[in-house]
Amino acid sequence: MWPILLPLIGTIFTFLFKRGGAATISLVTVSAITLAVAGLTRQVLQHGEQYYAVGGWEAPLGIALHADGLSVLMLIMTTIVGASTSVYAMGYVFQGPRAGSAVGGYFFWPLWMFLWTALNVIFLSADIFNLYVGLEILSLSAVALVTLEGKPAAIVAGMRYLLASFLGSLAFLLGVALLYTASGTLELNSLGTRMLSNPSSGLALALIMLGLALKTALFPLHFWLPPAHASAAAPVSALLSGLVVKATFYMVLRLWFDVFPAIATPAVAQILGALGAVGILWGSILALRQQQLKLLIAFSTVAQIGYLFLLFPLSNGMTEIGLDAWSGGVYFALTHACAKAAAFMATGTLVYALGSDRLDDLPGTFRRYPLSVAAFTVAGVNLMGLPPSGGFIAKWLLLTSALNSGQWWFAVVILAGSLLGAGYVFMVLSRMLLDQPQSIADSKQARPVTLTTELSALALAVFVFVLGVTATPLIALLRIGAPF
Amino acid sequence: MLKLTAIWLTHLLPGLLVTIFGIFLLQAVIALPAQPVGLTTEVQRELPNSGVTNPVTAVLLNFRGYDTLLEIAVLLLAVVAVWSLHVVPLRTGHARYVAETPVLAHLVRLLAPVMILVAGYITWIGSARPGGAFQGGSVLAAAMVLLLLASMIGIRPRQRWPLRVVAVLGLAVFVVIAGGTLVVGNQFLEYPRNQAYALMLVLESVLTISIGGTLALLFFGAIPETASFETMNDEG
Amino acid sequence: MSQFQIYGLASVLIFSIGLYGFIVHPHLVRKILAMNIMSSGIFLLLVSAARRDMHAIPDPVPHAMVLTGIVVSVSMTAFALALTRRVVAATGVAALLWMDAPVEAAPIAARNDEHSRDLDRVADPVAADRDDIHLSV
Repeated sequence: MWPILLPLIGTIFTFLFKRGGAATISLVTVSAITLAVAGLTRQVLQHGEQYYAVGGWEAPLGIALHADGLSVLMLIMTTIVGASTSVYAMGYVFQGPRAGSAVGGYFFWPLWMFLWTALNVIFLSADIFNLYVGLEILSLSAVALVTLEGKPAAIVAGMRYLLASFLGSLAFLLGVALLYTASGTLELNSLGTRMLSNPSSGLALALIMLGLALKTALFPLHFWLPPAHASAAAPVSALLSGLVVKATFYMVLRLWFDVFPAIATPAVAQILGALGAVGILWGSILALRQQQLKLLIAFSTVAQIGYLFLLFPLSNGMTEIGLDAWSGGVYFALTHACAKAAAFMATGTLVYALGSDRLDDLPGTFRRYPLSVAAFTVAGVNLMGLPPSGGFIAKWLLLTSALNSGQWWFAVVILAGSLLGAGYVFMVLSRMLLDQPQSIADSKQARPVTLTTELSALALAVFVFVLGVTATPLIALLRIGAPF
Repeated sequence: MLKLTAIWLTHLLPGLLVTIFGIFLLQAVIALPAQPVGLTTEVQRELPNSGVTNPVTAVLLNFRGYDTLLEIAVLLLAVVAVWSLHVVPLRTGHARYVAETPVLAHLVRLLAPVMILVAGYITWIGSARPGGAFQGGSVLAAAMVLLLLASMIGIRPRQRWPLRVVAVLGLAVFVVIAGGTLVVGNQFLEYPRNQAYALMLVLESVLTISIGGTLALLFFGAIPETASFETMNDEG
Repeated sequence: MSQFQIYGLASVLIFSIGLYGFIVHPHLVRKILAMNIMSSGIFLLLVSAARRDMHAIPDPVPHAMVLTGIVVSVSMTAFALALTRRVVAATGVAALLWMDAPVEAAPIAARNDEHSRDLDRVADPVAADRDDIHLSV
């Protein structure tokens, strides 16, 4: 319970106090959440899956909370990315209205605490309407964080994001309404057991998947993501690409395996997988064509989201191979969250320092800002999926399950995506490492950056390698309460 | 010709798609079981233990109180989000509007006290009959919006703390109660049986004020403390 | 045809009208209104399904869901309207231009202190009522 209550308390205090105080309160909250998540992890490791009846009312009357390996791993991911982003944001100079004044960047803290509340609510919920409320908190705070930047591009991107997200929520809510009126329960497991194959449940499946795919930016519903993620402030981009799309993906995963197994046919799984595959190629190719650093990384997110959806066709049949695909997909989400957040944080520092996010302005940065370039490099290795990063393990699991289940075409896509990924990462790195006379980085125009921002990005990037080493215990944790 | 293609793309095609979707939706709705399936029995069984006799209030504040806690969080989030946009305040309090429409001022003077009374009544009755904090809060908000429009109340720049406290009040009290249930060793949001009614009544009253205030703040739009105003007429 | 089916048909119609409006109208205020209409359709479905048997006690859970849904949709609407004012201040139109349209080339800079006079214009009900999205400058 505390993982949900703590960020909520954090919102109240960050809202009441001014900027300096807000950052300090956030750090206290971050530490408290870390302790709470660690406690829950220990509980799940020792006693297996945990159920909790809120208010002492058992489901279906009350709302049930549920923590299994998957929830706990998502909570850990949120805590790690969230903690480093919080540290980063303390050193980051926010733009937007009243930048520099007492309120510039002030609203970041309460909004971010709301976002964190929503993430933890979603990861622990076992009730579909409760998931909807969590989803709304998530969307509203995410959009407000994008528009915090205040530039016209961010405002317009935020509006587009808001409309897409609102539409996704309505589709989801209509699906929930159909499910409840058909089966009379909101609790996920009992929804799953009462699922019948009829027009209402079929449409509910379609609406919920469509709504969540829109919010997760699955190809071709990804149109809102690149402008929103690219125009937001750097810590916000890190949170959006790292955590927000993972939360909606987690919901797809949870509902797919807990609620819809009775009617989710292999054909639907193939459609999701095919869209994911096209997304990988499309996102990567567009990333290669970008001239702006943050847009490139945002399109890379579109590509990486595609990998997540390969999980559905590959895990079909719920066998040992399926378990590999499932673990691979979830591990991919985890490593991508850390790597992508680190990449956005590192480039955010560079973009602020250079006053430009054009790729052509990057030369010379490696000498002046070596820590940020190092952080981007390390994160980039993970995006390519090279050993010993965690991304390698995740891709390996997906790849082997694709080959073992005889769906070789997905293996081809995974390899092609990795090659293209290497392409765009090198495209950035080669510019960063270029030694060019009269580069911006060497001129007086380049601004000094704080050590806090550089080190927090580097720490998070290095953590991706830790994930490469600790994969075995983490995947064992993931299998507690897995649907296989 | 070109124009026809344009209409086809912008209006007829979406119309066709929406119609197809609507047919699917209708089919799904008709396929729903004719006999109600739901949680009526469960709610009725536990209603005596909930502390109130209105089933909707019991669901909102007790059985599914956690959703309501989050929903109050959404309201505060909306205030934070709207304030983070730094929009310019609505021009309420222009003496000109009020002078041009004497009806408004007169009517508001008549209506506002009644509305506030109704808001209180609706909240109070919520434990037994249809009503409750949300309905009462909305009426209260409507009264405040009317008062704002007629410039009988104003939001002044120096009111940093009072307005912020109104905005967080509902969530803060809810969180304190929720934390309290954990501290005394109950489940999260599990009210002690004999204090359930009292706790829910406190909650309802605080929520009414907070919801009313929050909705009025959302209507106003701008951050009070940074907004610059002309001098306002503040009788009442 | 049972009473529930009549209400069900109505809610489908309301939702579809909202969806159509959302797709067809470029004006942001209309889009936001359309979304509210869609929500109303869902709420009507929930409330009418709660009382499919006219002789039984209606199910209170959908009622609570609808109340929560209304609060969520009010919050979303409030933020969306405030954001619309910022969009107008940033681009001069209360609509989203094409994805690739250079936002930087907008007529009005989004300087916070400068946008007040333009906001008055979108707040003007007559301007919002017109179907064309371009506000006379």
